[in-house]
Amino acid sequence: MTAAARPRLRFLSSDGRRIGTAATMLLLAPFFALLIFAFLYPLGRLLAVSVLEPTPTIDNYVRVVGNPVYAKVLLRTLWISGLVTLLALVLAYPVAFVMTRVRGVVAAFVTACVLLPFWSSVLARTAAWAVLLQREGVANTLLQWLGITDAPVRLLYTEGAVVVAMTHVLLPFMILPIYGALRNIPPDYMRAAALLGAGRGRAFLEVMLPLSLPGVASGSILVFLTALGFFVTPSLLGSPQEMMIATLISQQIREVLDWPFAAALVGVLTLVVSLIALAFSKAVRFDRLMRAEA
Amino acid sequence: MRGRLDPSTLMLNAAVYAVLAFIVLPIITIVPMSFGENNYLEFPPTGFTFAWYAEYFGDRRWQAATMLSLQVAVLTAIAASVIGTMATYAMVRGARGLGSLFQVLLIGPIIVPHIALAVGLYLFFQTIGLAGTLPGFVIAHTVLALPFVVFTVAAAMSRVDADLEAAAMSCGASRFTAFRLVTLPLILPNVLSGALFAFIISFDEPVVSFFLTGIRDKTLPRRMFDDIEQNLTPIIPAIAVLLTLLSVAILLGAYVLRTRAERTGLASADD
Repeated sequence: MTAAARPRLRFLSSDGRRIGTAATMLLLAPFFALLIFAFLYPLGRLLAVSVLEPTPTIDNYVRVVGNPVYAKVLLRTLWISGLVTLLALVLAYPVAFVMTRVRGVVAAFVTACVLLPFWSSVLARTAAWAVLLQREGVANTLLQWLGITDAPVRLLYTEGAVVVAMTHVLLPFMILPIYGALRNIPPDYMRAAALLGAGRGRAFLEVMLPLSLPGVASGSILVFLTALGFFVTPSLLGSPQEMMIATLISQQIREVLDWPFAAALVGVLTLVVSLIALAFSKAVRFDRLMRAEA
Repeated sequence: MRGRLDPSTLMLNAAVYAVLAFIVLPIITIVPMSFGENNYLEFPPTGFTFAWYAEYFGDRRWQAATMLSLQVAVLTAIAASVIGTMATYAMVRGARGLGSLFQVLLIGPIIVPHIALAVGLYLFFQTIGLAGTLPGFVIAHTVLALPFVVFTVAAAMSRVDADLEAAAMSCGASRFTAFRLVTLPLILPNVLSGALFAFIISFDEPVVSFFLTGIRDKTLPRRMFDDIEQNLTPIIPAIAVLLTLLSVAILLGAYVLRTRAERTGLASADD
C-alpha cells in the first residue's frame, strides 16, 4: 500500500499493517500490569524481606550457606536434581530414538505412552507412587520376588522414593526435546555414513549423537531447573530428615514462621535457577517448555 | 528398515518398552485402586466398589473444593486468553520497543520455580487481603497460564497476513472491526486451545494454591494434598480418574478445534 493510497488515519496508526504506539501500549497494559503486580513485585518484595528484616543484613544468606544443616539441604537439592536429570536422560534417549524410527499404530502407541503423564495430575501420580512404594506395596513384593531382599524394606519416605517419582514425573520433558532434535536429522546423513563405511554403532556415535546434543542440552537443563524447585513430590514422598530446598522453604514459613530466612532460601533458589537459565538461554528454547512444576 | 530382528535392535526395543512401562504402569494402577473396598490404599486392591466415587460426589467438602477450583479455572481461562491475546496481538502488530521486557515477563513465570512465586504471592496477598480469595487464586493462576496462551496464540498470529486487516480497513472497517471480523476468526482455534490449556494449568495447580489457601476455602489440589499427607484412602485415585477423564476430554477438545480449523484451511495458511 503506498502512502498516497492510504485511507484516513485510524486508531493512531499510520499504516494498516501496524498499530500505533498508543494502541500497542493500551493492549499491553493488562499484561504488564498483571505481571508487575503479581510476579515482579511479590518476588522483589520477598527478596527485600530477605536482606532488610529486621535490619539491613546479609545474615540470612550467610546462614543458608554457612549452617551445615541448610548447606546440606542445598547440596542435596543439587545432587537429587542432577541424579534425576541423569536418570531421565538415560531412560529418555532410547525412547526418543525409537520414536523417530516407528510408524503408524506403533508410533501412535509410543506417543500416547509418552504424553499420558500430561493428562494425569501430579498429585495422582505422587499418590500412586506412595502406594507402590509402601511396605506391603508392589515394589517391595517385586524386590523380594527377584531375590534382592528377603524382607520388606523401607522405600517410602526415602531419597530413593523422591528420585524415582521425580524421574517419572519429569521423563516426558526429557523425551520430547531429544525427539525433536533427532527428528530434524536428515536420514541421508546416516546413509552417507554407512556408504562411507561406518558401522551402525560408529555412524550413531559420530553422526547422530553429536547432532542430537542440542536436544539433550535443552532437555537436561529443563529437567534440572524444574527439579531444583520441586515441591509436591519431595514433600509427600521424602523423609523430613532429608529435605529438598522447596520443602525447607515451606517448613520455614508454615512451622517456624521465619520469613526473612525463608525469603533468603527463595532468593538463593531463584538466583541459581535464573543464572543457569541465563547461561543456557541460547541453547534452550524456554518457550517450548511445557508445565512440569510440582 | 533393515535388521529388525538382530540382537541389538531387539535389546533396544526391550529397553524402550521397559521405559514406557515405567511411565505408564504407575499411572494406570490408579484405576483399579479407585474401586478397592478397603479404606486404605493397596495394590492390587481387594473387592470392587463404586463407594469412593459416591463418597466424592456426596461429600460437601470435596464438592466445595471442586466448585472453587472450577470457578478459578474458568475465570483463569477467560482472563489469560483475553489478556494473552491482546498482548500477543500488540507484540506481533504493534510498535516496537518493549520486546525484551515482554520476553523477560513472559519467560519469567516459567523459569522461576513455582514455590518462589507461591511464597512471594502469599506474603503480598496476605497484607492486601487477597490470600485465599477467588480473585487471589485467579490472579496467581493467570500469571502461570499467560505464557502458554501467548505461545499458542503467537503461533497462529504469525501465520495471519497483516495485509488482510489492512485490506479490511481500506474498505472502511475500523481497526477493531477488522480485528473482530478478519483476524480473530483466523486465530480463534488457537485462542480457545490456549484457554483450555489455561483451564487445565489452573485446575491442576498444586503449589501456588497450597500457599494461598486459607483454612476454610481449599482448592481441589490442596485438599488432595492434605488427604495424601494425612490419610490415603481410595477417594484420591477415584478423583484422579475423574480428573484424568476431564483433562483427556479437554485436550481432545483442543485437538479437535485445531484440526477442524486446519482442515477448513482457517488456522494454517502455510502448513
